[in-house]
Amino acid sequence: MDSIKTEHRQKILIADDSEMNRSILADMLGEEYEILEAEDGVKAVEALQKYGTAIDLVLLDIVMPEMDGFEVLTLMNKKNWIEDIPVIMISAESAPTHVERAYNLGATDFISRPFNGLVVHRRVVNTTLLYAKQKKLVGLVAEQIYEKEQQSKLMIDILSHIVEFRNGESGQHVLHIRTLTELFLRHLSLKTDRYQLSRADMALISTASALHDIGKISIPGEVLNKPGRLTNEEFEIMKTHTVVGSQMMDNLPIHNDEPLVKVARAICRWHHERYDGRGYPDGLKGDDIPIAAQIVALADVYDALTSERVYKKAFSHETAVQMIMDGQCGAFNPLLLECLAEMADRLAGELSSHASREGASRLEMRSVAEEMHRHEELSASERTLQLLEHERMKYSFFAAMSQEIQFEFTQVPPMITINTWGANKLGLKETVIDPLNNERVAALLSPEEITELSKALHNTTPAHPVVSFDALLHLDGEERWYQIVARATWTSDEPPQYTGAIGKAIDIHESRMKLDALERMASHDPLTGLYNHASAKQQIIGRMDERPGGRFALAIVDLDYFKSANDSYGHIFGDRVLKFLAAKLCESIREVDIAARVGGDEFLLFLEYHGEFEPIISRIFNAISGCSYEGFPISISMGVARTEVVGTGYETLFHAADQALYTVKRSGRGQYRFYDDTMHQMLSAISPIDGGVPAEKGIHEESEDTK
Amino acid sequence: MTLRECYAALGGDFEAVTSRFPNEKFVQKYLLKFLSDGSYDLLIRSMEEQNYAEAFRAAHTIKGVCQSLDFTTLCASSSQLNEALRHGFTPEAPALLEKVTEDYQHTVEAIRAFQESVEV
Repeated sequence: MDSIKTEHRQKILIADDSEMNRSILADMLGEEYEILEAEDGVKAVEALQKYGTAIDLVLLDIVMPEMDGFEVLTLMNKKNWIEDIPVIMISAESAPTHVERAYNLGATDFISRPFNGLVVHRRVVNTTLLYAKQKKLVGLVAEQIYEKEQQSKLMIDILSHIVEFRNGESGQHVLHIRTLTELFLRHLSLKTDRYQLSRADMALISTASALHDIGKISIPGEVLNKPGRLTNEEFEIMKTHTVVGSQMMDNLPIHNDEPLVKVARAICRWHHERYDGRGYPDGLKGDDIPIAAQIVALADVYDALTSERVYKKAFSHETAVQMIMDGQCGAFNPLLLECLAEMADRLAGELSSHASREGASRLEMRSVAEEMHRHEELSASERTLQLLEHERMKYSFFAAMSQEIQFEFTQVPPMITINTWGANKLGLKETVIDPLNNERVAALLSPEEITELSKALHNTTPAHPVVSFDALLHLDGEERWYQIVARATWTSDEPPQYTGAIGKAIDIHESRMKLDALERMASHDPLTGLYNHASAKQQIIGRMDERPGGRFALAIVDLDYFKSANDSYGHIFGDRVLKFLAAKLCESIREVDIAARVGGDEFLLFLEYHGEFEPIISRIFNAISGCSYEGFPISISMGVARTEVVGTGYETLFHAADQALYTVKRSGRGQYRFYDDTMHQMLSAISPIDGGVPAEKGIHEESEDTK
Repeated sequence: MTLRECYAALGGDFEAVTSRFPNEKFVQKYLLKFLSDGSYDLLIRSMEEQNYAEAFRAAHTIKGVCQSLDFTTLCASSSQLNEALRHGFTPEAPALLEKVTEDYQHTVEAIRAFQESVEV
């Protein structure tokens, strides 16, 4: 018990709708268990789904909302969980029918309320211990069987390859035979139950089929690999490989009564028998020839015809089938010939798709797995496989469904795998080798961005492996913003090694554009499209900080008689005048200069200059003054302040320009003035508050404008 | 007020509960916790809303908690109500609900009195 406790605490799921009852149980079980709680049946099932056999025991109440305890038990049966996860029912329902029903549904124990703390604790301990042992044993047995299967398969592969090398056959022959045998067997078993083929039998025959020519090891090389036709004498020698093969099996010092060996013996000896009784070595006829040997014989003939040999070229699939059907290559069981005819269309395709080494071993894996499913005591391993398969299916389904680009990158070999949808979207193949040096990838993402992403991933740690990265992808000549979220994969070595990344790219173009628009709205005056005061100020301070030695000027421009434009022609017209002026201002300055609207009819210009300054201002002023907008003459007043005179404090600069403007306004408008010390005591022309019409100026203008 | 006196006041079986639970502190902890258990409120609400399936479960929960804590009196009345509601509304249910309410209030009063005496 202690060793289990210290390694990792066992998980117990308590499903009960009363918080108090869960709490009492948890308290009674104490610190030695990790407690998961579920307040109804659905939550309990969710936990089971999530943790699977990581849950060591379930304490299950009967009466619960959403889904009661019996329904949970029923589901646990349906999903085969009940075999691996013990359930102790705890309930206030003590009617015998309830107890019986719980046991019938596979509950391990039934405790009725009120319960004794000690008893609950002891029963939980006993049950978990029992199951822990069983679970360990099941795992052990499954591992051993799997390992044994793998090992014997490996040995068979090695043996049969030795024979093939001597035969000068392609290494594919054994694999082909195995695949063909399996395909024929499956088809035959669907067609008839005459041969009583269980899945286990079929797995055994397919595996043993690899050994069919093992006896050829005894045939002299010059006979075996003779390019021309064999003489009668040589043919007699060749024929002995059947008997020799079966003797090799018989003479195995051990294991000779293993089912695999028995099947292999039959295949070795009789795979050259003919259904009409004219084959060798024993001249067996019809179904006296074991079905395993019959099938391997057919597979052998088909593969021999469709492969190139020292003495012949390869026939096409169609020719080979035709030759067999016509009886040119021996006599076969009519049932098998039917199988061949029915499978003819897809045989070639299935063969090539199954014949790769992976294909063969996957098939083998599946038969092992399916076989294990038949043995109840191995259900834990089977369940793991099923879970894996389920996860894989789930993943590929969601990957196909989601409208997002998902990818997996491995460093060695440098390769990126993209989900189908994503690959289509990007115009890439689903697998791209060496993506960092791939033209099409480079066309999508700039080298700088690739380097930056790669660096970010390398700089993660196993504890914090996720990076998020916004990038501009070039898709179909269009630039779109994507967010790439990737998780670096690290080995569990010490120190951990970076091996690649998995991740996805999400189109965030629309939301990013919205954000940009919002940012723009926040920093720009909606009417004129110029910067607003706050953002102009921020940028001006930035510029001056950036170039402390620079010579800068700030001008405040006031549109004269604007109020009369508003009064005479209406606000809409007034707005158009402001827009017109804003456009004029933009035209008359350089791109690097800043123009902003800082109040109702006040604008701000900020520029850097190098040579003489007065001509610049004069040019701007003259470009604007004197033109008119739909009959309304544009006249401006302008106050200008330079950092050379007042220093680089923004407030000082702005205030000085304001005072210069005030001076202009007092002396009759339609002019510009540079700030100098004489203006120091001047009042402000505009209010420091953006947008508002300052009271003082308002009165001041009114008294003059209305004249 | 001692825990034993509290049990006597609310009609519980002090011997039974202390024999099942590890110690008196443990009993006290859950006894006090009973005050914040929402099952009774759920029972009343469900009955008002004529949601008898929910009322059945609420009565069942009260019964379960009472069994756990050996509140014999309330356990008996909530158990009767529980059975009366097992297959939906029955004419006996309202009277049984009144009995549960009476026993529940009685129980809560006793626990509150005990709570005051421990907290002083």
